[in-house]
Amino acid sequence: MKHLSEEQLIEYQDGESSGRDVGAAHINSCAECQAELHRLADMLAAYQALPVPDPGEDYGRRVWQQIAPRLNEKRSRWWQVFLEPRRLTAAGLVAALLLVAFLAGRVSKRVDHGEAALTAEQVRQRVLLLAVGEHLGRSEMVLMEIANAEPEGASVKQVNLSSQRRRAEELLDENRLYRQTALQEGDTGIANVLDELERVLLDVAHSPGNVSPAQFKSIRQRIDDDGLLFKVRVLTKEIERRENTGKRGPAQSGSAQVERNNQA
Amino acid sequence: MNESVESVRAADAIAIERTLAGDRDAFRVLVERHSATIFRLAYRLTGNHHDAEEIVQEAFLRAYQKLEQFASQANFATWVYRIAANYTIDRIRQRKQEDARRQPPSAEMSDDVEQDPLRQIPDVTPSPERLTQSLELRRQMENALQTLTHAERIAFVMRHCDGCGIEEIAAALKSNSGAAKNTVFRAVHKLREVLQPQFAPRATARAMGTES
Repeated sequence: MKHLSEEQLIEYQDGESSGRDVGAAHINSCAECQAELHRLADMLAAYQALPVPDPGEDYGRRVWQQIAPRLNEKRSRWWQVFLEPRRLTAAGLVAALLLVAFLAGRVSKRVDHGEAALTAEQVRQRVLLLAVGEHLGRSEMVLMEIANAEPEGASVKQVNLSSQRRRAEELLDENRLYRQTALQEGDTGIANVLDELERVLLDVAHSPGNVSPAQFKSIRQRIDDDGLLFKVRVLTKEIERRENTGKRGPAQSGSAQVERNNQA
Repeated sequence: MNESVESVRAADAIAIERTLAGDRDAFRVLVERHSATIFRLAYRLTGNHHDAEEIVQEAFLRAYQKLEQFASQANFATWVYRIAANYTIDRIRQRKQEDARRQPPSAEMSDDVEQDPLRQIPDVTPSPERLTQSLELRRQMENALQTLTHAERIAFVMRHCDGCGIEEIAAALKSNSGAAKNTVFRAVHKLREVLQPQFAPRATARAMGTES
């Protein structure tokens, strides 16, 4: 019996159709080639599992600090307005956003239901909702950890917020982007809650890793006073509703809903 | 909480749009989100921590400069990955040329790989693969990687560590898909030969498709 060549084994392992076609029948009936295939798979799996040094949790931040001074501001000049690249960029971005929305299954669902095709504006809204929904989920985790943290006993001199501070730093940049985008889209409901969230994230991000009980109390008081956790949860629900219905709520609906709930 | 692929792409799309609109700091989100992934690629390609860090920085600088060209792309992570791979290849070629000018033609260009990068890797967590738990085997695997040419190493890492398609590898190597596929094959063949005692006792005989 002629065994598979190494090339055929590699093609088979790679899942290439040509390799699959040639190899499948033989491998099913040949113990030697099965063993050979397992050895190849073991070697490739071992290479995939070879450790790579961990660059550290703050690696992205360090990279940014190193390259930021070398980045020129992207400014539009008067003559660029009349040149195609800028317009192509806009068209390309819409295409990218459409693809994102399509991958998320939102656009396809709408089409399946026979409803009108989404406009570029609606696609932008959906992309924003998708990103903000995820962002609020991660922000809520940080806020909850702070809200539920209990300094142990009266003798505690410091509360460790280093994990929350690191994540707040990461969330801050995204929060600013989404707030500005929401404002640009006229979605003040989202923008208002993100604005309040940003202030608390700023407090946490700028705090030392270990804060005194008084500082900790101040941060937590701010979260409580603003009812921020509640607002974040309401907005998350509102975003889920809008994603599911595909309808855009009134511009003030998010904040108005929060206000109504606060009064209740 | 892990972000979904869709939400990452949505977040990337927003960051890209704002960067193109003149908000330079919006690019920070992209850098912070994808730096670690590009570092892993760069380290696997070079085996060198310092070189990997330089590649990451240069990849993001180039991505920022070319961001207007990204518009038709769907996935920023894939795009910047390709930039990093291309830059690594260009950098290796440039170094080869510089070394060739400095050294006699007969002198073999040594790899940019550190002598034993595994010595610098803290062995603090168990590997997901049983076989790589052996430090000796890991060392052999790294040594085997060093027997590859740069193109073979890049093709192998892209294909078998990062799951890239042949077309993508061909684009990075500035080659065609047939040549890229052969490069991957040669890399796997060489690795199997070096690691024969550990993984494939009959690899050499197999290479020709011999009969039993």
